Amino acid sequence: MKKIGFIVNPIAGIGGKVGLKGSDGAETLKRALTLGAVPESGKKAVTAMRELAEAQNLFELYTYPAEMGANICEEAGLEYRELGEIASGHTTAADTRIAAEKLKESGVDLLVFVGGDGTARDIMDAVGTDIPVLGIPAGCKIHSGVYALNPKTAGKLLREYVEGKVRETIEAEVMDINEELFRQGIVEAQLYGYLQIPRETKMVQHLKSGRRYSESVSVDMLSSYIADIWEPDTLYIVGTGSTTAAIMKKMGLPNTLLGVDLVWRKKVIASDCTEKQILNVLKSGKYNHVKIIVTVIGGQGYIFGRGNQQISADVIRMVGRENIIVAASKDKMLSLFGKPLYVDTGNEEINELLSGYIRVVVGYEETYVTKIM
Amino acid sequence: MRRDYDTYLRQFHEAKWDEELIFELSVPGERGILVPQPDEEIVNEVGNGIDRIPETMRRKKLPELPELSQPRINRHYLRLTQEIMGMDVAPDICEGTCTMKYSPKVQEHMVAHNPGLVDIHPYQDPDTLQGLLEIYKKTENMVCEISGMDAFNFHAGGGAAACYLGACIVREYFHSKGDDKRDEIITTIFSHPCDAGAPATAGFKVITLMPGEDGLPELGALKEALSERTAAIFVTNPEDTGIFNPHIQEYVEAAHEVGALCYYDQANVNGIMGITRARETGFDLIHYNLHKTFSSPHGGMGPGCGALGVREFLKPYLPVPRVEHDGERYTLDSDCPQSCGKIREFLGNTHVVARAYMWIMQLGAEGIKEAAVCSVLNNQYLMKKLSEIKGIEIMFAEGKRRLEQCRYSWGPLFEDTGFTSLDVSKRLIDFGYEHIWLSHHPFLVPEPMTLEPTESNSKDDLDELVCAIREVARECYEEPELIKGAPFHAPIHDVYCDENNTLDKIAVTYRQLQKRRAAGTIHV
Repeated sequence: MKKIGFIVNPIAGIGGKVGLKGSDGAETLKRALTLGAVPESGKKAVTAMRELAEAQNLFELYTYPAEMGANICEEAGLEYRELGEIASGHTTAADTRIAAEKLKESGVDLLVFVGGDGTARDIMDAVGTDIPVLGIPAGCKIHSGVYALNPKTAGKLLREYVEGKVRETIEAEVMDINEELFRQGIVEAQLYGYLQIPRETKMVQHLKSGRRYSESVSVDMLSSYIADIWEPDTLYIVGTGSTTAAIMKKMGLPNTLLGVDLVWRKKVIASDCTEKQILNVLKSGKYNHVKIIVTVIGGQGYIFGRGNQQISADVIRMVGRENIIVAASKDKMLSLFGKPLYVDTGNEEINELLSGYIRVVVGYEETYVTKIM
Repeated sequence: MRRDYDTYLRQFHEAKWDEELIFELSVPGERGILVPQPDEEIVNEVGNGIDRIPETMRRKKLPELPELSQPRINRHYLRLTQEIMGMDVAPDICEGTCTMKYSPKVQEHMVAHNPGLVDIHPYQDPDTLQGLLEIYKKTENMVCEISGMDAFNFHAGGGAAACYLGACIVREYFHSKGDDKRDEIITTIFSHPCDAGAPATAGFKVITLMPGEDGLPELGALKEALSERTAAIFVTNPEDTGIFNPHIQEYVEAAHEVGALCYYDQANVNGIMGITRARETGFDLIHYNLHKTFSSPHGGMGPGCGALGVREFLKPYLPVPRVEHDGERYTLDSDCPQSCGKIREFLGNTHVVARAYMWIMQLGAEGIKEAAVCSVLNNQYLMKKLSEIKGIEIMFAEGKRRLEQCRYSWGPLFEDTGFTSLDVSKRLIDFGYEHIWLSHHPFLVPEPMTLEPTESNSKDDLDELVCAIREVARECYEEPELIKGAPFHAPIHDVYCDENNTLDKIAVTYRQLQKRRAAGTIHV
């Protein structure tokens, strides 16, 4: 019988919807809570863990108390054994590291964790490549290749693992934004190390692809194109990332690299907005035409729900699918190896609305048509 | 005793002569030919000859040409030819998508020696070119029959040029109808890159359809892209993966429904010629590569011919001059007011058309169909054997048959051993093969390798190649040092160094080489 360890970072992704680009550090958490953020990682974890309910007799589950695991197991209808102690409501990165070490000592075959890039780094510090792990994505930005595509596929992969169908493991990269470069305006994920993950390439996120020479050419071309067809009397909601930043640069406008900016009549009217701020502007009734510009998170194929949670399901509903411009370099699109784009807005209805085919701007007067799942 | 090609690894070694550059063999004053001075009588009649050339066009200094004797030149070039891998000494199955078939030597002899093909000039009166024009017209009639199109033009120098010509005709057609709104062309990602590039050059916006998860083009994606802005779809089929688009008929119908034209890039026609016709599928414009499919060899960017075929209603837009036949004489007609103009001077590469004519005449209708069937059969055999080799994978459309070629992936090999398809390519040279063709851009298949056996290769040829590839794959897993240093049986090792791939490390003329040496970027 397999032993599975399970850890939840309860505050992973909390900064996303309120525009804080992350959740690392006590100060950020405090600000996120003040801005009205609600912890959601637990919800995502339940979706994954429910997939295991019917295979309960194939594994033993070990976890940490309360919001670090036990609550979720309870909700997913799973039997579990609880280890360790925590100060509920006040957990930190240190708790993640201690929990991972404890679970490893208790001899688990696979350690499942819920979080983002920061969590992956904590897990790596604690267990290294001694035991295989699998991430359930719940963080703001996920550059690491240790996460399943989404909570649902994480559940499916876990199910296959406990059923003995996935035996091989593979080393996957743990990455995080290089903060030094980020302050200089460059998004570049830095490699922190490796974790062992079950090998099932269809269900695990591809590593965010690196920069190449042709990428900058493609981004320059698509930026010129979007700048040339820019409509002055349209409100633009400009999403996060270096591609949208390049478009803003082409327009001669200031930009928040990891934030959402609003542009009206070729002027930035609000920078680094929260979901609430965007909704307030939309509800003001002043803007008849609104467009959203977003990019694809390289290697993963997400256009909503990764690093741009401010453009929430409610925002998308108000703007409408036909007013979404997706722009990405050819390299980014090709690194998906024919896989579709993904959305994870946290709202099934909007995910459904967004699914289907979409044109992605990849150059000057050049588009790729691809599917959104 | 006959060899067992399933297990036979050819012991090959490339020649090495360490030959000098011809400029560095030069000895001032040494001569290959002593040109006699003109007789006094002639000088009295025409002067010194030089004076007849306008002053501004005359050289001020003598050209710095190498000065060598005849035997030295002869030896020099023969040594160089021994150091290269000619298409006649090694099977070129590895050059996938290129349809490297055997061009019968009788054809080569004719285009090199037949006075009707050699001793002619484009400015000759058409009345004195009747034989050549007859070959043009008859070849046109035959490819019309093979494709179902109503007219062909042989001017374009290659497939991409034909594609460009097609895009220009599409533009002219809609322009003449007063419909200038149509500025979009749709293609698929596994179509040839020119199906996107050529229309873009002709001024169209290009929409590229990504494949579905199974690697096949999806009808839904096309329908999403089609609109009253669509001028045409430009598609290759079978695509470079070797997969025949199962929705091709629906593609054409959907495009026609919105009033768009349909362009069929038939560079990959070898497996379906004589079996399906573009006309019955509903296409309006197509191109064949007369080089490759119709047997002209084209390695090393040799002269080609993109034969562009159209339906009757597009005939007025074809380039000029057109070869016509009035029942008695062949003429060149340039009086075509709606023509899109010229893509090339004169009639294109005449010897490629002549080879195609000879090839079709030798095979006949049944022979052409048989060639297609053999090319597909050969590919099935090769795929079956290669798919049993550890490290190779055939991506996308699992269980779907490929036709005449297949894009393989060394992805599993790379994941297991770190060796790439280029490493495999380098080691294959040691067994007497040319490098392998990886993929057209973009590289959607990781560590790609595209092979196309055509109808020209026998089972023994295929077995020998499979044996070599199997051996290279085994070495990757078990004797990696053999791969790292390869090729061992060729005088130059590891030419694929990225650091050599910069402009200041490349010299294509002697003058450039001297500059690079002086700048210290090249040290040979």
